[in-house]
Amino acid sequence: MSMGFVFEGGRVVDPAAGVDDVRDVVVAGGLIAGPEAAEGAERIDARGLVIAPGLVDLHTHLREPGDEHKETVATGTRAAAVGGYTAVAAMANTQPVADNAAVIQAVRELAAAAGLCEVHPVGAITKGLQGEQLAEMGEMVEAGVRVFSDDGHPVPTARLLRNALLYVKAFGGEVVLAEHAEDASLVEGGHMHEGVLSAALGVAGRPAEAEEIVVARDLALARATGGRIHLCHLSSARSVELVRRAKSEGVRVTAEVTPHHLTFTDEDLHTYEANLKVNPPLRSAEDRDALRAGLADGTIDAIATDHAPHAIEEKEAEFDRAPPGTIGLETALGAILTELVHPGRLPLSRALEALSTVPARILGAGDHGGPIEPGRPANLVVFDPDHAWVVEPPFASKGRNTAFLGRPLRGRVTHTVFRGALVVAEGKPTR
Amino acid sequence: MNEHLLSMHDLSATDVTRILDTAESFREVGTRVIKKVPALRGRTVVNFFLENSTRTRISFELAAKRLSADVINFSAGGSSVAKGESLKDTALTLQAMGADAIVIRHSSSGSPLQLTRWVDAHVLNAGDGTHEHPTQGLLDLYTMREKLGRIEGLRVGIVGDVLHSRVARSLSFGLVKMGAEVTLVGPPTLIPPDVSAWGVQVSYDIDGVLPKLDVCYVLRVQRERQRLEYFPSVREYARLFGITRDRVALMPEGGLIMHPGPMNRGVEIDSDVADLPRSVIEEQVTNGIAVRMALLFLLLGGGKGETA
Repeated sequence: MSMGFVFEGGRVVDPAAGVDDVRDVVVAGGLIAGPEAAEGAERIDARGLVIAPGLVDLHTHLREPGDEHKETVATGTRAAAVGGYTAVAAMANTQPVADNAAVIQAVRELAAAAGLCEVHPVGAITKGLQGEQLAEMGEMVEAGVRVFSDDGHPVPTARLLRNALLYVKAFGGEVVLAEHAEDASLVEGGHMHEGVLSAALGVAGRPAEAEEIVVARDLALARATGGRIHLCHLSSARSVELVRRAKSEGVRVTAEVTPHHLTFTDEDLHTYEANLKVNPPLRSAEDRDALRAGLADGTIDAIATDHAPHAIEEKEAEFDRAPPGTIGLETALGAILTELVHPGRLPLSRALEALSTVPARILGAGDHGGPIEPGRPANLVVFDPDHAWVVEPPFASKGRNTAFLGRPLRGRVTHTVFRGALVVAEGKPTR
Repeated sequence: MNEHLLSMHDLSATDVTRILDTAESFREVGTRVIKKVPALRGRTVVNFFLENSTRTRISFELAAKRLSADVINFSAGGSSVAKGESLKDTALTLQAMGADAIVIRHSSSGSPLQLTRWVDAHVLNAGDGTHEHPTQGLLDLYTMREKLGRIEGLRVGIVGDVLHSRVARSLSFGLVKMGAEVTLVGPPTLIPPDVSAWGVQVSYDIDGVLPKLDVCYVLRVQRERQRLEYFPSVREYARLFGITRDRVALMPEGGLIMHPGPMNRGVEIDSDVADLPRSVIEEQVTNGIAVRMALLFLLLGGGKGETA
């Protein structure tokens, strides 16, 4: 067993244990250790730094297999580690689609080989993401899948989603169906939020009601079946209100929001900036503010990146031809600190709860999300909350398509500890 | 004036007046036996048309040629673009060939703005998607000023498929900038959902609007919109919003009928209306050449030392 290392004098913020205190954290043998193990361990000065449970992303596109020109499991998990993540959920829209245990297993093996971050493959709800026939979810559950999603699109018909919600009840109550809530008929051909700016720019819109309609449908089905729905990347104020009410009525629903929806509005697209073209689209300032409020009061459970890498030439195409999406793993923490925590809109402990503890619980990633206590697996992020930097390449991700390009952020990861190993030190990957 | 012409928003009211005044002086060139001046001799203008267009391309070509520029026509069909070359790579190629001005027509909104990030040449937007068509807007302003003596205070109705019309956007923005009163008229499905920032009125009642108009500007309505559920049938569209002879009779005397072309006779405009003396559709085409000459001249700095 190695001698391990100790972070000395850091501020430990551990939402799972309700801790916010200056103390040393000792890591030895892959686990958090007691103070007795500090003797002889490597000492790392953590004064002025925050130590928290490693971040957990519910929504990552690693692109492999099939789109290795955009990202691979190796580059995507490296980006995750640099961003302070110790576990990510890899979306199913690969080629071939992750709609069977073989693809799930292949992604897991690629992740294990990279050794930078735990990868939880998300399984497709329908075969080939075609929205017609249920995928063999039982086989995938046996292979360890906990979250299923046809991300990119909602399950197209209420009947199919209802059956999916009922079907997975056979596998225990923890299986979650994650929905990309946008009504296909209302967003067809659309590329940005429908509003004043889309009308002036001559860009077909993706109206807010496209999301609200699917959110309302999904909540009704979750209520009727008792199944668990997770709503991906909420973008509209009324969606937040629908979720708030459903939760008060006991519907089993969780929701996530992305750093970019918490930061930008459709006004930022006035120069047809393709890096800000995302689905669902960036909406009005009122919508963004409602998302911030929903995150603060717990209506929105988690912050997820929707890390969506694309090749440069794909994003440099004409605005209506550029694929939607932004990378996000390397900027999420800095963006949340800059936009929400430093200005006093969100307590640091709630931010870390939404970035780590809650998503770990939804994902069933039991080794992650804290508490930071002796005997627990050592999955940690350490960051300097005041480090000022500007978002610019190079990135660990293959993608350079970041909505935050050129933006000054305050707060950056210094160390990431994954299964007791320093995979990032001094802000740089160690392997 | 800016280095490029991408949108009506790039121009101040003073710029618009200067462009129209310059066009006035070029208008006469088109009436000469030898329709040519040496203003842009040695300069290269590329017509970069990635969407089919006949009238706009020919108009720009004539405008550049009458200024003695070298003109290259580059269209999508059979070009490197058809072989899958990206907009950026094609733009860099045009740049490397020494284009002084690139006139771009593209089906994607915003593509002229993108082009300016990659090339040093002056970029002129000849219509981008459903965004803008500023040279059309300017030639329409020119035609109104020529026929009615002013733009300020004119009451202009823009009728039809405003939602998908780049002409409607450029013209509305230009008219409002110059102090005219604009009313957009059409079925609610074809009016953009939020025009609160445009400074215009909206009406769904063409018969109520026509008696108050100095100009009835009729937009092309594509039959395809029917398939996409914007209105039930061409017949019903024509009944509710088509500009017929009876409807023209509601307009004040001397009011103009305008259309950017190409017309769908029998849909948005009746044949006998298009051919009335008060419809100035052919004059719009003629004026288009003079306005585009003025724009090329002003953007390329042809005014330095040489005159028309």
